[in-house]
Amino acid sequence: MQVRFKLNGRAIAEEAEPNETLLDFLRERLNLTSVKKGCDEGDCGACTILLNGKPVRSCLLLAVQMREGNEVTTVEGLAKRGELSEIQEAFLEKYGFQCGFCTPGMILMTKALLDENPRPTVAEIKDQFEGNLCRCTGYAQIIDSVLRAAELRASRQ
Amino acid sequence: MEAEVRPLPKMDYVAPSSLKEALNLLKKYKGKARLLAGGTDLIPKMKKRMAMAEVVIDLNRISGFSGIKLRKDGLHIGGLTRLAEIMQSPLIKEKAPALAQAISVMASPPIRNRATMVGNLCTASPAADTAPPLLVLNASVKIQNAQGERMVPLSGFFRGPEETVRKPDEILTEVILPLEEGKSAFLKLGRRKAFTLSVVSAAAFARIRGGKFEEVRVALGAVAPTPIRGRKVEETLRGSEVNEQNIAQAAECIKEEVKPITDVRASEEYRREMSCVLTRRVLEQVCWRGKNAGTI
Repeated sequence: MQVRFKLNGRAIAEEAEPNETLLDFLRERLNLTSVKKGCDEGDCGACTILLNGKPVRSCLLLAVQMREGNEVTTVEGLAKRGELSEIQEAFLEKYGFQCGFCTPGMILMTKALLDENPRPTVAEIKDQFEGNLCRCTGYAQIIDSVLRAAELRASRQ
Repeated sequence: MEAEVRPLPKMDYVAPSSLKEALNLLKKYKGKARLLAGGTDLIPKMKKRMAMAEVVIDLNRISGFSGIKLRKDGLHIGGLTRLAEIMQSPLIKEKAPALAQAISVMASPPIRNRATMVGNLCTASPAADTAPPLLVLNASVKIQNAQGERMVPLSGFFRGPEETVRKPDEILTEVILPLEEGKSAFLKLGRRKAFTLSVVSAAAFARIRGGKFEEVRVALGAVAPTPIRGRKVEETLRGSEVNEQNIAQAAECIKEEVKPITDVRASEEYRREMSCVLTRRVLEQVCWRGKNAGTI
């Protein structure tokens, strides 16, 4: 079946099998390997993408469910003209990653949070990240990174 | 043992654009099709081969199938309405706070952005967190097939773990909450605040007049084969004075009504004790507006 949607601002038209998850479609057909396959059952958060600006699990969606008018964002779509987004910068500055496997999901969760709530409290950050697991357990640095990203965003507006 | 997660099996996919078309497809495939709403339950189950389908009927392209509307007979919640939308709805927060509280401690934000409340009900887990609030709010569900529709009170919807009165050719299209004066609240006991299955969950509704319970309803999750109403507790309290002693005494009755099991999350004994504690606390919250709505 042909699948058409917008991915990181670019129109996509590709074939997909009915039993192919959006996660596998993004990784295997489009080589977007920032989208990680962790548990593959919706628990870990490594495969998080933004669908029309909202975080969802790409392992729980079928590629064929995507349609024109849908906009998917992955980490590959965040840098603009070769410059990292403030969220990516903040994660680098505050060491918001160790092995890096959970990082793309964490960064997209941060974007979804800050787009709705530009200055979140620590409690609100924790609520947002309930379902994103970091097996290196570097949560303190991740929270610092989100707070720093909010600062950077505010200072640039 | 948890079943292994594997790639999805071969299947066909159809995405009807109207409810009528979906109902006709369901009739055509006679039990060989599964309905896809949020997919947060069906997809993992299919990956683990715990659910099988030759055809997946995707309901997500049906327009007008989601949303919350206030009508004369109550709040109508469309079959495809996502948990996040219900939780954030000012109408739900005002008229059915117990439901908004329950959803706020379910799963995680990305799951709530996709998962539907009707999916939570149709999956019929004994621990479904939307069930206790909907039970105390006297919700009904509208069930349709290609021939027509029927209304079922939620109290008669669940039959057992993962079993409901919905037949294979039917779709649960709407949840209706009657508007009734009173307050409601929800509490969940889990290993964490959210992103965890309930060990025990409890909801209560009460309307107090002249210091007495004019109407009171309680419901619990994860302590019986289906979510249950605490009818003995309700009977004991109805008409009685609102005070801590009466609530504590009535809450004891819940121990006779629950039929908990022992599993990895808790023992039968612990669940029975906690059923009583949560019943008492959720009633206290409804009566005196406690601060810690949502979790204990």
